[in-house]
Amino acid sequence: MTTITSRGTVRIDTEACKGCELCITACPPRVLTMGSDLNRAGFHSPLLEPGCTGCAACLFVCPDFCFEVYRYDQPVVTEVAS
Amino acid sequence: MPTLDTSTEPSGARRVGDLTPDLLLTGEHHLCPGCGEPLALRCLLDTITDLEVTTQTIGVVGIGCYTAFTTSIDVDLVQALHGRAPSVATGIKRMRPDAVVFTLQGDGDMVNEGLQEVLHTAARGEAVTCVLLNNGVFGETGGHMTATTVLGQRTKNTIDGREAEYHGYPILIGDLISRLEGASYVARGSVHNAGAVARTKKMVRRALESQRRGDGFSFVEVLTMCPTGWFIPTGESPEYLHETLGAVHVMGELKVDGRVKTTDELHTENVARQREVEARLAAGGLDG
Ligand code: SF4
Ligand code: SF4
Ligand code: SF4
Repeated sequence: MTTITSRGTVRIDTEACKGCELCITACPPRVLTMGSDLNRAGFHSPLLEPGCTGCAACLFVCPDFCFEVYRYDQPVVTEVAS
Repeated sequence: MPTLDTSTEPSGARRVGDLTPDLLLTGEHHLCPGCGEPLALRCLLDTITDLEVTTQTIGVVGIGCYTAFTTSIDVDLVQALHGRAPSVATGIKRMRPDAVVFTLQGDGDMVNEGLQEVLHTAARGEAVTCVLLNNGVFGETGGHMTATTVLGQRTKNTIDGREAEYHGYPILIGDLISRLEGASYVARGSVHNAGAVARTKKMVRRALESQRRGDGFSFVEVLTMCPTGWFIPTGESPEYLHETLGAVHVMGELKVDGRVKTTDELHTENVARQREVEARLAAGGLDG
């Protein structure tokens, strides 16, 4: 097992998402990936993996206002299989 | 890699960024996936909130895809005819000198349909702020060439790319306005990445502050993605914007306190800014 630290996290309004993928390339630590589920409008939306820094780059580039960004008071550590 | 729950508010964390701008009644809109216009709109609306001028702000909106937001923007608005927004704004500002007056137009609206309106408003030094959303195409009507389309750019009616001999040269509207005496602050932003959006927001702030000081005309051009009109996949459109339109319409503050900058100066500044943004992103954030 290894651990990944998240200094921040995001809330994603997946129903508002139009699947443009601008957030995927904008995220500096590359912790956003496109999910396979479709929302009611038929679009794929992003999923968050551990390692978010709370930098808000995703919020700055999302044309559909899907992100709410948070910074943790204490970083959160997630264990992942190495 | 495990994925985390992003549907609920986390505990033990402080919120540093909202879903929808405060001045939009709803974040829902019908603009295309990957469109750059909502990003530029967010810069403008959030700046109005930050400056605490919401109740004294009056906007004049032209005709384009962004016009769809007139039913959800929570600021007093007037809808102008194609290209006429700067003249309508002039009338409003002269009647209500204490109001913060902005216009929102696209390149088709401002540079094709009503070029003389914005030029004369700038030359008269009216204390209004004009915001241009420049994507180099008539997005709303299907992606045809506008006066700002760059040479080589493929549009609906320049299938092999814009050619100077046949279609003429693009108008660099920001550069043109910066040469007019009445213009006090002129800047060109872009929304091709998060750093550019943050920088564009600062430009909008400086423009509105300049208006409030009564310095004269202020202008912010924002390069925006139009993946639909360009026939470019959404994920590739920010890079396309930066490399095609952005290479000709160079980002930066073109005129500050009456001094016009050269394109070389803008390029040098852009290289330094990019390093700064990368450092800030690595350190954890763009806000503040
Ligand atoms: S806040 Fe920054 S690190 Fe976190 S998901 Fe958004 S872009 Fe990625
Ligand atoms: S940028 Fe926004 S709309 Fe586009 S895929 Fe990401 S969350 Fe969805
Ligand atoms: S046509 Fe272009 S400018 Fe209009 S909403 Fe679609 S992407 Fe945006």
